[in-house]
Amino acid sequence: MSLKTALHDTHVLQGAKIVDFGGWEMPLHYGSQIEEHHAVRRDAGMFDVSHMGVVDLTGDRVREFLRSLLANDVGRLKIPGKALYSCMLLPGGGVIDDLIVYFMSDTWFRLVVNAGTRDKDLAWIRRHAEPFAVAVAERRDLAMIAIQGPNAREKTLPLLAPAQRIVARGLQNFFGATFGAWFIARTGYTGEDGFEVMLPAIDAAGTWNALRAQGVQAAGLGARDTLRLEAGMNLYGNDMDENHHPLESGLAWTVAFEPSDRDFIGRRALETLRRTPGDQLVGLLLEERGVLRSHQKIVPAGEVTSGTFSPTLNRSIALARVPSTAAAGVQVEIRGKLHSASIVKTPFVRHGKALISL
Amino acid sequence: MSNIPSDLRYTKSHEWVRPAHGEVPDGAVEIGITDHAQSALGDLVFVEVPQAGRAVKAGEASAVVESVKAASDVYSPVSGNVIAGNGALATQPELVNQDPYGSGWLFRVQTNAPIDAAALMNAAEYANYVAEEAK
Repeated sequence: MSLKTALHDTHVLQGAKIVDFGGWEMPLHYGSQIEEHHAVRRDAGMFDVSHMGVVDLTGDRVREFLRSLLANDVGRLKIPGKALYSCMLLPGGGVIDDLIVYFMSDTWFRLVVNAGTRDKDLAWIRRHAEPFAVAVAERRDLAMIAIQGPNAREKTLPLLAPAQRIVARGLQNFFGATFGAWFIARTGYTGEDGFEVMLPAIDAAGTWNALRAQGVQAAGLGARDTLRLEAGMNLYGNDMDENHHPLESGLAWTVAFEPSDRDFIGRRALETLRRTPGDQLVGLLLEERGVLRSHQKIVPAGEVTSGTFSPTLNRSIALARVPSTAAAGVQVEIRGKLHSASIVKTPFVRHGKALISL
Repeated sequence: MSNIPSDLRYTKSHEWVRPAHGEVPDGAVEIGITDHAQSALGDLVFVEVPQAGRAVKAGEASAVVESVKAASDVYSPVSGNVIAGNGALATQPELVNQDPYGSGWLFRVQTNAPIDAAALMNAAEYANYVAEEAK
């Protein structure tokens, strides 16, 4: 059975090509995914991300619970509204999911988890929440719209009441705040400035159309993927999964080993893994024509985990898992032929600008 | 609903053939991919067309169209010698998306054998074929 967001009919009316994504019927594009990509880099675009799971955790011991559940440390969150990116790990170090956690209050944290993993995530969270007497509530009543791009915030603010506008305008990067039944955060998955807005599903279509009237371009999952890859951001299931730990997935920066007495799930395994040479996740730039795609083989060793054509660079880019000893130049097997590629520092693009030299 | 011009012939692998008559230089047949095919592929980012002079056989992979989504071979529906590849596509692959039956043509072939008419579909047959495939 396929799931539909509150905006499904709106997408169909606006000409979206609909595809299955983790059991959800989602827009791939509304005509041209490359134009949608450029709209986000140059102006403002919006994505329906209502398929993602919003989970509210409440209880007196919720912070203590999350310090045990997550590889990053919510102890770092001191100011209400602040967000943190983290992995949730198996005891062996494999990644169950990556998520954003918002510190709402001392007794309330909000998680945003991936669509394809929400059921297993919830089962895992519920199981581990019980000893902490933390209540776990999935917010299926909320829709979510991400508005991204250099002009995204300016085009979103007119939708708010004047008093709310002042607060929303003042939101710092990676902070969110509640506005009545809405929650607005200055976060995203594109490498551009913008907001992610959680709102009652019943408000979703009206808000979408109001944003459209502000000149915000509707964008689908296709552009979302090319934007996040240019921004060097991982995609769960491609770049990390239950068989790959954060240290070999470019996510060591999200694992808080300090303080050393915080015993999070997966810690012991990672303590061992960090002392053994292994694989690393790197950025790849294809030196020739063609398109890098996931699962292509790298010579002498490794594999592309996510690959695409970069509309900003007009070249193909990828994330790839290679041995930590890999040289700067490698070859990738594309349709039976070897092509030269360079290992480059990510992100490839940020705030509309190429960060690598071609 | 995709656009299927009535004056062309179509293959099961979603190429179109414009038979030799006044519109095409040298009396060659012109070959491209259908509107349905470009729509299914999404935005094209690279197109590789055969060089003039190359001999192609009917059913042979003769060009490559690569989109944001996938790379796909294009099979020549006819046998003969390539007269021209569409050089504009090297810098403007999007022409195939924008005008698949016009400026987005891929290559032209001077046939050296009679075209196997039974292997090609007319517009109505191709429309049915696409509808059946979608089921």
